[in-house]
Amino acid sequence: MHKNTLIYRVFDLYYDGFRNMRLGRTLWLIILVKLFVIFVVLKLFFFPDFLKQHAEKGKEANYVASQILNP
Amino acid sequence: MLSTLAETVDWSRAQFALTAIYHWLFVPLTLGLALIMGIMETYYYRTKNPFWRRTAIFWQRLFGVNFAMGVATGIILEFEFGTNWSNYSWFVGDIFGAPLAIEGIVAFFMESTFVAVMYFGWDKVSHGFHLTSTWLTGLGATISAWWILVANAWMQCPVGCEFNPDTMRNEMVSFADVALSPIAVSKFCHTVTSAWIIGGVFCVAVCCWYLMKKREEEMALKSMRIGACVGLVAAVLTAATGHKSAQDVAAAQPMKLAAMEALYDGGRGQGLKLVEGIEVPYALSFMATNDINGYVPGVNDIINGYTTPDGREEPSAEEKMIRGKLAIVALSNYRKLCGFERTMDEPQIQANIASSKEKQLAILHENFKYFGYGYIKDKSELVPCVPVNFWAFRVMVGVGCLLIVFLAAVLAASYGFPRKLWEKRSLTSLPKWHYWTAFVLLPLAYIASESGWLVAEFGRQPWTIQDMLPVGASVSNLHSSSVMMTFFIFLVLFTVMLAVEVNIMVKQIKKGPGERI
Repeated sequence: MHKNTLIYRVFDLYYDGFRNMRLGRTLWLIILVKLFVIFVVLKLFFFPDFLKQHAEKGKEANYVASQILNP
Repeated sequence: MLSTLAETVDWSRAQFALTAIYHWLFVPLTLGLALIMGIMETYYYRTKNPFWRRTAIFWQRLFGVNFAMGVATGIILEFEFGTNWSNYSWFVGDIFGAPLAIEGIVAFFMESTFVAVMYFGWDKVSHGFHLTSTWLTGLGATISAWWILVANAWMQCPVGCEFNPDTMRNEMVSFADVALSPIAVSKFCHTVTSAWIIGGVFCVAVCCWYLMKKREEEMALKSMRIGACVGLVAAVLTAATGHKSAQDVAAAQPMKLAAMEALYDGGRGQGLKLVEGIEVPYALSFMATNDINGYVPGVNDIINGYTTPDGREEPSAEEKMIRGKLAIVALSNYRKLCGFERTMDEPQIQANIASSKEKQLAILHENFKYFGYGYIKDKSELVPCVPVNFWAFRVMVGVGCLLIVFLAAVLAASYGFPRKLWEKRSLTSLPKWHYWTAFVLLPLAYIASESGWLVAEFGRQPWTIQDMLPVGASVSNLHSSSVMMTFFIFLVLFTVMLAVEVNIMVKQIKKGPGERI
């Protein structure tokens, strides 16, 4: 690919940037670990969608009504 | 069945508060440093002096550490909505979802694109494009804050929506009313300007450390001037926007204002308490109404009902509770009739049901304004915790005033003013306690910032949505022990992450500026 094309320059920006990272490596590692903890560990094991678990699909309104209209 | 477990409500609130407080440690510094690094790079763009390039890179590096540690912490709040606050999440419908979705898209595309150019683009793109990317990174973060605050403002004062009894959801009828509600606008201005103060104070504190260590003195002195200037202007703007916010609170959430002031019996020409027993005459009335003789209702007035100066009768809490119960019963009856209607084929019966449904809907619409009051068992539940609101407000305002004095003094000193004082002294050779003042004020600035949120969120209790849905009706029917467990998981996780951030930040400050990110 010709080095003056926009696509190559955008690719080079990211490629060269990631390759030469120093502090960025540590920060990306932290971000990835954090995203794993948030989206895999917390979301899957500790934060299920309550309505999806307890209400039939399409009947969520009935479930919420049963919860909040009988105070 | 409605979860009546007070413990579930308390743990859910505690968990949400913990997450929000933690999230808010990163956001203001991101917004504040975005402005400061933008100014630094603008100096470089204008002067082409390598000193400013090195300085801009240094502040961008600190911005990067904070940005990386803070990114995605807000997503946990959205998980909590789905798990702990499912009734609320369903009830608010797309009104809450739309701003949060826009925020996610804007944050992802705008910030991720321009952050990459800002960090990887030195020497690869033109100076102008790089500078634009730096400013757009900050703008992206600020726009994200806008949408979050739109969602929050809607909870404080629901506008632009209509409740649909068939879907049990509020539906947006005017995007403009939601996105540009006056409360959202003043909340955004107040919050963002207060975040700039944090950025300014952080910048001054870091510079003080270099001056104390007698390192990087030129960078520290010039950065300190910019930090102090940003912080001071922001502090004055925060005070001005705070005045507008107080008027919004007085109009939409008078109980919050009464709790903030520990005002039990209101009236005209109310003074603002500095502490219990000492007050500034007429200041509360002015703060709330722009008129020194303006009427401000107290807690007892709001509970017992009062007449506003324009002659409008504000019902008592008991009347609102009765009307709220009527609305709930009407909605319940309407939904039962809908179910009954589906089982009947007889046209005459169907006509009767349709007529009954209309009647129930009319009752619901007539009383929907007070829907949430139907869940209130005792009128004392309508009074938020007065001591927390009273003192949190004073911490916020008191530290804010202290910061104005401090930042003004730093800015004056950076220009060598007053001349007599600085003739024989230099900012680079002051006794250590001068620098320590900045180190002490930095955590105080954070405490003031968090106190602002404490007032905003504690003050609106018992409501998740003002007058529409209280916390007790908003939570999921979960056992408190499961919420308690995740609370402690978060406590450990957040403490570890905060320790890691502070550690990396301190290391980068100690390392000092360099030619590369």
